[in-house]
Amino acid sequence: MTATLKQPVSACPACSVVPAAEALAETKPVSGDIALSLPTIHCAACISKIERGLAAHPGVLAARVNLTLKRATIEAEPDVTAAILCNVVEGLGYEAHELDPSALNATSTDRAGRELLMRLAVAGFAMMNVMLLSVSVWSGAEAATRDMFHWISAAIALPAIAFSGQPFFRNAWTALRQARLNMDVPISLAIGLAVVTSLWETSLSGHHAYFDAAIALTFFLLIGRYLDHRTRAVARSAAEELTALEVPRAWRVVDGAEKEVSISDIAVGDLVRVRPGGRVPVDGDIVEGQSEIDRSLLTGETLPVFAQEGLAVSAGEVNLTGPLTIRASAVGRDTSLHRMADLVAIAESGRSRYTSLADSAAKLYAPGVHILSALAFVGWYLYTFDMRTALNIAAAVLIITCPCALGLAVPAVTTAASGRLFRKGMLIKHETALERLAQVDTVVFDKTGTLTEGLPELTNLEQLPRPDVELAMALAAQSSHPLAKAIFRAALDAGFAAAQVSEAREVPGYGVEAVFEGQPVRLGRAKWLGAEPLAETASYLQIGEEVPLAFRFKDALRAGAEDAVRTLRESGKTVCLMSGDTTPAVEALARRLGIENWMSEALPEHKARRIQDMTQDGAHVLMVGDGLNDTAALAAAHVSISPASALDAARVASDIVLLGNDLSPVSDACTTAKSATKRIRENFRIATLYNIIAVPLAVAGLATPLIAALAMSASSITVSLNSLRVKGRG
Amino acid sequence: MNILTYLIPISLILGGLGLGFFIWTVKTNQYDDPDGDAQRILSDEYDDRPKP
Repeated sequence: MTATLKQPVSACPACSVVPAAEALAETKPVSGDIALSLPTIHCAACISKIERGLAAHPGVLAARVNLTLKRATIEAEPDVTAAILCNVVEGLGYEAHELDPSALNATSTDRAGRELLMRLAVAGFAMMNVMLLSVSVWSGAEAATRDMFHWISAAIALPAIAFSGQPFFRNAWTALRQARLNMDVPISLAIGLAVVTSLWETSLSGHHAYFDAAIALTFFLLIGRYLDHRTRAVARSAAEELTALEVPRAWRVVDGAEKEVSISDIAVGDLVRVRPGGRVPVDGDIVEGQSEIDRSLLTGETLPVFAQEGLAVSAGEVNLTGPLTIRASAVGRDTSLHRMADLVAIAESGRSRYTSLADSAAKLYAPGVHILSALAFVGWYLYTFDMRTALNIAAAVLIITCPCALGLAVPAVTTAASGRLFRKGMLIKHETALERLAQVDTVVFDKTGTLTEGLPELTNLEQLPRPDVELAMALAAQSSHPLAKAIFRAALDAGFAAAQVSEAREVPGYGVEAVFEGQPVRLGRAKWLGAEPLAETASYLQIGEEVPLAFRFKDALRAGAEDAVRTLRESGKTVCLMSGDTTPAVEALARRLGIENWMSEALPEHKARRIQDMTQDGAHVLMVGDGLNDTAALAAAHVSISPASALDAARVASDIVLLGNDLSPVSDACTTAKSATKRIRENFRIATLYNIIAVPLAVAGLATPLIAALAMSASSITVSLNSLRVKGRG
Repeated sequence: MNILTYLIPISLILGGLGLGFFIWTVKTNQYDDPDGDAQRILSDEYDDRPKP
């Protein structure tokens, strides 16, 4: 709502896509200050146990746990690293993750929120005192006493309004300078005019002064602003934490020795070591090592790609089996990760066209109020030729119509709805996301990492002979490759025990080999064993020179995926699937979930263009995706959701982040959004109804400060109570 | 009506005191961790004696 409270919108699209990189470029983490995320703490015992444990560790100067943020801040000597402290906390029995302190800066100093709270407090205390005096006037204080009370009210209200009303005055001024009208213009005008006419009345020892109305107006409106700010501050701090969990570090190789450095310190031509399980930090070419790399976050392909010397890799890909050394060819802003930002920028321009309900109400409301008040002024002036009466009535009209309830109508509902969704594991990042979500009629899902876990699941365990499975299990135990892990897990769950093998060793990029009862045995990719590769994801086992045996896999469905798709279809929405994966894989999943519209082998541009086409045909598209190849589509869609496991860039491009692993809240969110939008409209109607009753009184010159105060408080309270009803609905 | 000369300043001073205390709580970060503070009150670790 207010320009001063808005998250700074970066003009550079790359900055908005990869905020961590931006933050890193500006601020280096302070050495010795460490932040840990502690997702499982919940009570006083946890706090004191962790604080005591950390403080007992040598080198730790101070440790403080924040239960609200589930985070610990530790001051320590420079030689104490976060990894050591993570181990300390894990030794105490709690989960701990390192956070990148530079990505958390904005949360720790929430200055805008504190400033608003201060203004709110000043307005509140001033209002109570002024109200006290006003009640005496209303209950019959006369002559000199009344004048004195009015003067004291003025002495309290004027400085209080000058301090508390600043956000409104500043916004109104900004809007007027750009020749626009927003809700803050009638607000500032009403407050200003009320104060001026009341001062004039008081100096002429008149009967009616509106000091209480002016300060009450400021107080109620500040509540709306503060609620609005809190909602977004909570979302922002949680989003920041997700970003901070990915600490941007890399291992640079200098003269054969590895050194841990920040990604921003890597230059073109540097050698970078990527360990198995690690993410490739920069674009480059492999100069040493063999492995397999997972490109699913960039392309949506589930099958890992074989990697050896000379292959070009891009930032964001995950190294699976063997260590790789890469010569950096592009770093920071030049990596392919950042080039995607151009696509996002193009798509973003389409979204900014959405006007929120509050803005469209302000567009109707502000000119209407001004015209009405001007007409009342002119009419009364022509009727009585008395400037004082005319101005008094014009001020009364402005105060009574002042959008006090309107200022609460939207933030109260969004706070209630966001709080409800947050408890279900959804983070509403964008202020108008709920309104846009309520309009959705088409839902587009990405496949890998969104509808599926991105983790393989063994499908043909029953058809395989038991001794072979036990042998494969023994080999699979040697590797951290996802397929090997899947074989081991599936066999273990089925109650198998690994066979005894000797001389087991992993051949990075190919598989695992060992000796079993004097024969060489191998588990790995088809080419390595000379097998005929199948169309689907598979791993192969060969004993001696026998024909290789295939272990087939499918991608495991994410929890709640079936549920989410079914309920969305039942509520009459069109569900589509768009993936960069191969046709058979996508078709199989689409059939499994009963999705008729699907698209495979889609490039990022195709996804975005398809969504733009749908939008042009009048559809309101919700995009759910996680990969870098989805960012453009996420930005192009009317509203977008990404899981917490998504790449940073995808999370930034989306309006809502799913914190849990479960997909089923997606359909709940649509229901809640609809109910919230309904409440917002109801609130507008309630506020209008109050105006319809009170405005004729004001125009007729019958409104007193008492009536104004009653109308204002009654409508604000009704609107707030109505907003709470969002929570009651399933 | 003379009583007003005492009562009005008193009410203003009390209101001002309340405001002053509130501003002090905001300035000393007392709203940073409401959940934690609610739990810390149950721990006897901090209460035996004033912190050195």
